[in-house]
Amino acid sequence: MIKAILVFNNHGKPRLSKFYTHFNEDMQQQIIRETFHLVSKRDDNVCNFLEGGTLIGGSDFKLVYRHYATLYFVFCVDSSESELGILDLIQVFVETLDKCFENVCELDLIFHVDKVHNILSELVMGGMVLETNMTEIMTRIEEQNKLEKQEAGLSAAPARAAAAVKNMNLPTIPTPNINLPNLPSFK
Amino acid sequence: MALKKVKGSLERVFDKNLQDLVRGIRNNKDSEAKYIASCIDDIKQELRQENIAVKANAVAKLYYLEMLGYDISWAAFNIIEVMSSSKFTFKRIGYLAASQSFHEGTDVLMLTTNMIRKDINSTNQYDASVAMNGLACFTSPDLARDLANDLMSLMASTKPYIRKKAVLLMYKIFLKFPEALRPAFPRLKDKLEDPDPGVQSAAVNVICELARKNPKNYLSLAPLFFKLMTSSTNNWMLIKIIKLFGALTPLEPRLGKKLLEPLTNLIHSTSAMSLLYECINTVISGMPDHSASIQLCVQKLCILIEDTDQNLKYLGLLAMGKILKTHPKSVQSHKDLILDCLDDKDESIRLRALDLLYGMVSKKNLMEIVKKLMIHVDRAEGSQYRDELLAKIIQICSQNNYQYIINFEWYVSILVELTKIEGTKHGHLIASQMLDVAIRVKAIRAFAVQQMAKLLENTSLLVGSAAQLNGICEVLYAAAWIVGEFSDFLLEPRSTLEAMLRQRVTSLPGHIQSIYVHNIIKLYSAILMKLEPDGEKEQITEVTQLISEKLPVFAESANLEVQERACCILQMLKYINKLQEKDVGVAEEVAALFAGELNPVAPKAQKKVPVPEGLDLDKWINEPPSESSDDEVTIDTMFVHDAHRVSHKTKYEEPNEDELRRRRDVRREEQASNPHYLKDSRKKKLKDLAAENDVTVDGIPVAKIDLNVPLHVPGFNVTDEYMKKSKTSKKHRKKHKKGKRGRHISESSDDIKVAHTVDIVGEEMPEGATFSDDDEDDRALDDPHRALDIDLDRPLDDHDKIPIREHRVVAAGLKMETGQEATEIAEGEKPKKKHHHRKEKEHKEKKSKKDKKHKKKSAEAVEETPATNEEAVDLMPGMEEAEPTRTNGQITDAVTQANTAGAEAKPGEPAKDDLSFWLSKASDEPSVATVVEDAPADTSEPPPEEKHKKHHKKEKKAKKEKKEKKKRSHKGHHGDEERLEEEETGRTEQMENGTVQESAPEVVIPPMSSYRLLAENNSIKMMYETRVELKTQNQVVVSVIFSNLTSSHLKSLDFNVLDSLNTRLIRVDLTSQHEGVKVPFQLPPGMTNEGQFAFTVKSITMAQKLRGTLTYMLKDDAGSTSEKIDFKVHLPVSAYFVPKQCSSAEYAELLSGGDLSSKQSMTIPNIEMDFSIVLARVHFFGHLSLVERVDTTASLYGQSIQGHQVCLLLKALPNKSISVDGKSSDSSLLSSLLDDVKTFLTEA
Repeated sequence: MIKAILVFNNHGKPRLSKFYTHFNEDMQQQIIRETFHLVSKRDDNVCNFLEGGTLIGGSDFKLVYRHYATLYFVFCVDSSESELGILDLIQVFVETLDKCFENVCELDLIFHVDKVHNILSELVMGGMVLETNMTEIMTRIEEQNKLEKQEAGLSAAPARAAAAVKNMNLPTIPTPNINLPNLPSFK
Repeated sequence: MALKKVKGSLERVFDKNLQDLVRGIRNNKDSEAKYIASCIDDIKQELRQENIAVKANAVAKLYYLEMLGYDISWAAFNIIEVMSSSKFTFKRIGYLAASQSFHEGTDVLMLTTNMIRKDINSTNQYDASVAMNGLACFTSPDLARDLANDLMSLMASTKPYIRKKAVLLMYKIFLKFPEALRPAFPRLKDKLEDPDPGVQSAAVNVICELARKNPKNYLSLAPLFFKLMTSSTNNWMLIKIIKLFGALTPLEPRLGKKLLEPLTNLIHSTSAMSLLYECINTVISGMPDHSASIQLCVQKLCILIEDTDQNLKYLGLLAMGKILKTHPKSVQSHKDLILDCLDDKDESIRLRALDLLYGMVSKKNLMEIVKKLMIHVDRAEGSQYRDELLAKIIQICSQNNYQYIINFEWYVSILVELTKIEGTKHGHLIASQMLDVAIRVKAIRAFAVQQMAKLLENTSLLVGSAAQLNGICEVLYAAAWIVGEFSDFLLEPRSTLEAMLRQRVTSLPGHIQSIYVHNIIKLYSAILMKLEPDGEKEQITEVTQLISEKLPVFAESANLEVQERACCILQMLKYINKLQEKDVGVAEEVAALFAGELNPVAPKAQKKVPVPEGLDLDKWINEPPSESSDDEVTIDTMFVHDAHRVSHKTKYEEPNEDELRRRRDVRREEQASNPHYLKDSRKKKLKDLAAENDVTVDGIPVAKIDLNVPLHVPGFNVTDEYMKKSKTSKKHRKKHKKGKRGRHISESSDDIKVAHTVDIVGEEMPEGATFSDDDEDDRALDDPHRALDIDLDRPLDDHDKIPIREHRVVAAGLKMETGQEATEIAEGEKPKKKHHHRKEKEHKEKKSKKDKKHKKKSAEAVEETPATNEEAVDLMPGMEEAEPTRTNGQITDAVTQANTAGAEAKPGEPAKDDLSFWLSKASDEPSVATVVEDAPADTSEPPPEEKHKKHHKKEKKAKKEKKEKKKRSHKGHHGDEERLEEEETGRTEQMENGTVQESAPEVVIPPMSSYRLLAENNSIKMMYETRVELKTQNQVVVSVIFSNLTSSHLKSLDFNVLDSLNTRLIRVDLTSQHEGVKVPFQLPPGMTNEGQFAFTVKSITMAQKLRGTLTYMLKDDAGSTSEKIDFKVHLPVSAYFVPKQCSSAEYAELLSGGDLSSKQSMTIPNIEMDFSIVLARVHFFGHLSLVERVDTTASLYGQSIQGHQVCLLLKALPNKSISVDGKSSDSSLLSSLLDDVKTFLTEA
């Protein structure tokens, strides 16, 4: 089981948090902080596994994480998951994000948390790995996007126009894209 | 209206959406909280509007805020509103917000049940999908119960996307609603073979999660998973399956053997590291005895550890740690590689390497390794890693009761050195080690005391605020105690005493100070003992003076314990001083205060003190005092006594009768005049009588506590014994101590000269307590998996249904559907079962025919073996049917197979029968192949992989065939068709047994059936067997198979038995004592069905025979005739036995204990059967479990439903007779059972 999926940046700002067991909001923030503290002090060339933090899990749980450019992707998993498998799942997740957002960067995650959640829900459901096949995942996401567009129809036009106006003065923050390193293939 | 809508949507344009919120927060970095507070106000406004789009927008913003740590539970109802929108876009937002913020305790969840039901059953698969996603995050027990049924049907959806999600979601349902597991399991199992790989993978995932916590319930799935493993190429699934096998193999050693080959193949062939790693893990946990494959694993792991990828290195070390437990030698050869990892820059890897170290040490290299670690301690930067190192040093030194330490002086110095580490938090650990070593290793005491004295004298390092924070000062606790307790060894007790009396000591924590104070007096006594005989009075007075001067500081301590001890000792000193002034020698007397040795006590000793028999702490010793008046009294007396408490204490006498009466009168008067005292008039009436009658305290009955065992913890003499023994014979000691789970030192074989003759004293335990500490379920009480420990092999019965809410029309429709399914399942199983019974029966009859046919058909049959085999697995639930006696039959097979295959099978564990068949087949495969060679027709044995594909097809075919057969048997008269079928089933049966026969040609155990003929005439045949359950102590169920032999309908079957005093048929209608029980079915021509009749039994020590009659109507075209048939139900004593596992140790204990008082033996002459068959028959028909068999002697154990125990010893005598010795708690039971045994063997 996956107990939690956390994405935060190099400064510990949460960009996505998904807990598959209930914690209240304060606890969630503490967990994010603790996890950031554990993960951030590690060099990039050390291993990607950590014995779990004290707040979440305990001895049976491990943190499996990857660091891409400005973001940390952390999965908190128990012993029924394969460590290397989860590493690969993170890669699948990020690659999917990359496809959906076209060269994904931190800003995409900041402004489209909802989309990221929707993508994630095609990979993991209630803490269990649902699908690992990228093409299958992409098909599902695209079909849902189509459905959403259909529903929006004409009524969404004014909103879109307004959004376009608002976006004109988007601050141009230089955020590096998440460069996808080539991994030894899992399959 | 339209205008309003346009206006609404125009307004919306200017609402803040999620992006605006994010942007706003980023622009207001300085006043984020303030900005968000204003946003929340906006959101509240928006939520009040009716437009669902506005609401959805607001909710979307809310879950962003939730991520930032803001509580949004107040909006739960609005979230539900958005969830209920008909638009997918909004619905998705709603469910997402719900999945983030809802949990089991959210009270609005109960409003959602119907909405969620509607959504998951939606025709739009994405609506259903978002709903299921949400549900997966916030399932509550209520939701789980109400929706389980819908999800069950969704598992059979036509869309794989929905099926996949429904399967995964079922796991969440099981966690919250364990009752759903059994009814849903058959379908879940089916999903393992779903055509869609995603669904298959999901099902594997769910079963793996379930099996991880309760592996034993899933053993029967092993063949199925094995098939998946050998056929699948999906690495995700393979990993899960292999992980699952890792959990199963420890429970079933034969499974490990079977897995060995495919796993080693995978290890050799796979390129995926993740898969390789899991294979290695499973081999380690499942086949620890197979040294070749372990060697392979170690090899592969070394490659991983040497890899530059830190992840692989980490995992390699992790897995190495597991091998270490079973094969320390193989790991030790890679010591250098692991020691190198200690220098790795990655802390995780260093920690893993540290974990491995404890297995690397031996007597030879312990010092060297510890020295290396000490260097690391000096160098380590982070205090956490340093602490870890410190703990590891202590762990590797102290492991196995200091097994590897040859020089304790060295160890004590290491401990002393460790105290010098700055800022460690392990002060307590070091202290307890010091104490442990000093107490248990007598030879080291002198040295330890000197070291501790030094520690005490150099307290500067230890005393100080920093030291206190980190707890290193705990070491002083140990030091002070050791110095005090073993003060005889002190060279300069005086200077140590001075050190302990320093002013700075008062800054130590209270508990350490109190130890100081207490040990000061011990030291003093030691000094007295030294000085007094020499008559050095001056020195003595000096010392006494010193203490009396310094101690008052402690007497002023804020800590009560310190204060009390100091005061006490000061008083004592004063007294001693007085005596000394009178020139009286006091040394002896002071020393007597501390005489006697303090022995170490095991940590669990207190817990293990056996509860004295008959002690019931919940029982009232005296009846509870009768209410108010007495309560008042106690308060009253409390104050009265307080006044002259001192005098009371010094001289307490039991007040005599007069005194008591006087006091009572006074009290009553006082109460009467007390305005605060409530007078209960009603009570008074009752009470007055009693009061007037002078009920004294003595009058209250005092129950005597009957204590067989004294309450104090008696000493465990073993410690002393060990010491004596160790002196007399070392070898003996070694043997003895190994048994104690390594708690005591075991002399290792390498001959390193030990520096001291060391006695390590064992810890004390109360008598009768064992060292075992695994008597508790280690799962937390609130672990939902506890509830999921459910026997899944038992077939479904009536109460295994998912509850369906019935007040809705939709639900009613659904119910019908599932109801049908349920009956389908039930029906599907029943005929199968009969099928099997019949197979067994017919097997006997057709044996001769089969033998002929066997040769002809063998080639063909071999091809069919996988299919039948698979069928056997499928059949399993049907064959079990929740009846112990029935499974018994299967177990016999299992046992005999196991016996012949040379593996150790344990009888008494149902659900393993087919598994064991599958497993035993594994080892027999070659022998099957030889059959093929013998056969002239077919020659080529399909290669294993191909075979598996075939396997799959065949299985389907087999299923189809089965169905057809079923149909046929429904219709068919017993003509040629059925005979054909019989032959077919006979052949399958033959095949199943065939493999067994081939593997063990010496003994062929004929199949046995516990069904006996009850009665037979031209139209009907009745077979019966008895079934009992341990739970129901005086009930026996007689299960009767009715077969219609005519071509007409049999109707209104009525089963009646003439009750005896002891045994009565349970009738539905209690008023009619003599009427029969209606058999709840009719028999169409040629049909067979089974009815069950329960009997109550008072005593089970005698065999019973009951006369009975069955009346029935024979109905054909001509009309109907009424007929009857008489029968006798024989209920032997053995019918009341239930096979129960009994280990040989328990068995021996039972025999030696006095419980089995009656004893009997007999000899049965002229038994032509082989002893294996004799044993199998006694085991099968007598429902006894086999404890042990040695050649032609076997011991059996049985327990009756009323708790009688029976032990039998069977022996084959050379003159073809069998001797049976029995011991039991009841003599008549035993003799009846022996009669039964005789019948089993002679009526063969």
